[in-house]
Amino acid sequence: MKNAEEIYEILKDEFGEDSLELHSGDIGSPWITAGAAKIKEIAKYLRDDSALLFNTLMCLSGVHYPNEEELGVTYHLHSTNLHHSIALKVRVPIDDPRVPSVESIWKTANWHEREAWDMVGVIFDGHPNHKRILCPDDWEGHPLRKDYVQQEFYQGITTGE
Amino acid sequence: MEQVINEIDKRQMVINMGPQHPSTHGVLRLEVVLEGEIVNEVRPNIGYLHRCFEKYAEEVGDYSKVIPYTDRMDYVSAMNQEHGYVVAVERMLEIEVPERVEYIRVIVAELQRIASHLLGIGAFGLDLGAFTPFLYCFIEREKVLDIFEKTTGARLLYNYMAPGGLMRDVHEDFKSDTAEFVKTFRPKIKELNDLLSYNKIFIDRTANVGVLPVKVALNYGASGPVLRGSGMEWDLRKNDPYSIYDRFDFEIPVGKGELGTLGDCWDRYIVRVREMEQSLRIIEQALDGLPEEGDVFEGIPKRVRPKAGEIYTRTETPRGELGYYIISDKSGGPFRVKARAPSFVHLSLLPSISKGAMIADLVAIVGSIDIVLGEVDR
Amino acid sequence: MAEILGNITISLVHVAIPLTIILLFALVAIWGERKIAGFIQDRLGPYRVGGWHGWAQSIADLLKLLQKEDIIPKDANRFLFKFAPFMMFTASFAAFAVIPFSSAYIGSMINIGVFYLLAVTSILTLSVIMAGWASNNKWSLLGGMRGAAQLISYEVPTIASVLMVIVVSGSLNLMTVTEMQSGNDVLGFLPNWFIFQNPFLIIGFVIFFISILAESHRVPFDLPESESELVAGYQTEYSGMRWAMFMLAEYADMLLLSLLGATLFFGGWNSPFGDFMAGPVWGFFWFMLKGLLLVFVMMWIRWTLPRYRVDHLMHICWNVLIPLAFVNLVLVALWEVIF
Repeated sequence: MKNAEEIYEILKDEFGEDSLELHSGDIGSPWITAGAAKIKEIAKYLRDDSALLFNTLMCLSGVHYPNEEELGVTYHLHSTNLHHSIALKVRVPIDDPRVPSVESIWKTANWHEREAWDMVGVIFDGHPNHKRILCPDDWEGHPLRKDYVQQEFYQGITTGE
Repeated sequence: MEQVINEIDKRQMVINMGPQHPSTHGVLRLEVVLEGEIVNEVRPNIGYLHRCFEKYAEEVGDYSKVIPYTDRMDYVSAMNQEHGYVVAVERMLEIEVPERVEYIRVIVAELQRIASHLLGIGAFGLDLGAFTPFLYCFIEREKVLDIFEKTTGARLLYNYMAPGGLMRDVHEDFKSDTAEFVKTFRPKIKELNDLLSYNKIFIDRTANVGVLPVKVALNYGASGPVLRGSGMEWDLRKNDPYSIYDRFDFEIPVGKGELGTLGDCWDRYIVRVREMEQSLRIIEQALDGLPEEGDVFEGIPKRVRPKAGEIYTRTETPRGELGYYIISDKSGGPFRVKARAPSFVHLSLLPSISKGAMIADLVAIVGSIDIVLGEVDR
Repeated sequence: MAEILGNITISLVHVAIPLTIILLFALVAIWGERKIAGFIQDRLGPYRVGGWHGWAQSIADLLKLLQKEDIIPKDANRFLFKFAPFMMFTASFAAFAVIPFSSAYIGSMINIGVFYLLAVTSILTLSVIMAGWASNNKWSLLGGMRGAAQLISYEVPTIASVLMVIVVSGSLNLMTVTEMQSGNDVLGFLPNWFIFQNPFLIIGFVIFFISILAESHRVPFDLPESESELVAGYQTEYSGMRWAMFMLAEYADMLLLSLLGATLFFGGWNSPFGDFMAGPVWGFFWFMLKGLLLVFVMMWIRWTLPRYRVDHLMHICWNVLIPLAFVNLVLVALWEVIF
């Protein structure tokens, strides 16, 4: 069982300091921010290293940060062997929101990444089935962006009010 | 044209199961590639019930106004959905919850778990063609709903819990009604086992069907009865305790591969049946510990305005791990709410466990993972 | 001329009598099935229409079905689609001609009665395929294929178990078969029914009963129309009266096979008390009572058991029932030779 600081130290030793940061809010749990480019390697290390063994991805969420003009992806990991959890975050600019897919590491990510693409518009490189999941394939825009405006017509049918 | 025809594999047939089909548990559409009766591939298509829960939660600007919407995610276990959400908000507010409130919450959550499992089991039997157990289950579920109706005024979507408290105190006879239910329900589980669980045809249909190895289950993020059916002793009420679950003595039933392979449909089914017995145990203990006096409203804060930060809270619903990822930006409403729904995760493993099954097995597998589409699509 | 008219009148009477029985039976049985289901499931069943226990429910349903729009899918084969339900009903209805309803009435006194009955009911298979294929619906097609496989397979144990009785009786005429079961001589008090005459015929009856459950596609063998898998199987695209014809045919088939069972194993119209309460009218009463009891058991099973899977179904037929039936056939014959 390790807490966030210890996990952060292990990661820093392995991947260097430049792209990793430990954050925490006024309340709630701390999280580690990582660079998008390395996220797949970090994920694989988190899963396979014997001191970490994060064998389940509990949740993967896409977030839109309108003030920073960034999109974020949050990975909530848990180890059922060592009973510790960590939140991992990736931030990418909104005009080039590309994040490597972790689908090959945790299958949970398959649908969750599709949902993040559908709702927020993060593009996951290397995803085997990169399609919308909740909205129809030809829907316009990504509903969970803060500046989202719903299209007026879909296939000739009014969508709102 | 001729070439096109040649390219189509003539032995395969693509068939649409749903969104209107008697056993897809709502509006699920499965594209099934069949070779005769054998399923070669399943492609789930979801989103027919998407009601923008997360968008609503961000736009409404009030933590408490999200609660009625959590009911509508998994509408057959609304109490558990609320419970998960209020636990998350309370952890953000860092407030203590009165003793009496905690006990009442546990009792209603466990009653709800029984009601939800009854529906899951009954519908599973219905999928396999056994009509009568379904109605037997519904008779019992009705009794739970009657208790809820007396307390909350609603039978399906309760809007009962609030951060730090409850919307209403329980009704006068709550304690005796619940005790009465616990007493009458125990023998019914045995009846259900005689009629359905150990029926030869039922075993033939479910044992060795849809086998989910525990490694695959973990990699897909399975939880709840699906993971326990694969033999892993994992229950958030014990492994990551929330509320006051650490005070109660109960066991975690797991699948043992008694009648077939470990992790088959029968194992997932029997885990639900045994969980109902454990829920009864918890209810009995909670009824004993329930404080007579106490105000259920006093803990509710006047203003729900947590500090900036983020939290991921998970609770055990009848279907598995329900996670709420909430980001607060110090305003009155959440900046982002993401609901991690167990049914969503479980449905994503359907293609990998139904390859090579027969059409009748596919129905059994969908029934055994017990999905609720309201939660899948949110 | 007068002779021809007379013949036509007699034929019409012979058509009218079984038809009336079937229609009355269907009305009562549909209501009865819902009442039985209600009783088994701890609820009331129909209770409003007509006052006393909802007795008029079936009539109301019939009126509703009559008024429904007759929908035919655009790409269906119209002729076969329209024809299949009627063919199905005709097949079960025609078979009633050789059923001896009472000592005084049988539609047709032909010597190959049993053979004719089995031949005519095998047309059912055709109509199931016809309906499944003509609907141009994948679920219907699957249902039709399942139905064809099931009905053809289960014909073998059905015929084998009927043969067991024929070995004992030595006649294919059902009237003769029934007459041979008159009297109360077995162990001094039991009626001379074949099921009491030859102990191996008890096994024979069990095989027969399982087979007729499959032949009339009732639970646990209702795979051709299994509603939770194939929506409604070969009936998926049917509505209104055409669907009602399927329903009617199903109930007629149930009655037919139950009556056949009563004739072959339970002494047909013979009274269980020898000469007491015997005679043509009592005979009809006893015969229907025995048939309806078997129908009741079929309903009871329907509301208790889950459904088999298609490969289990074939396994039971080819690996269990058929070998057992033929071994039993030899044993029945041996018993007849020795005693």
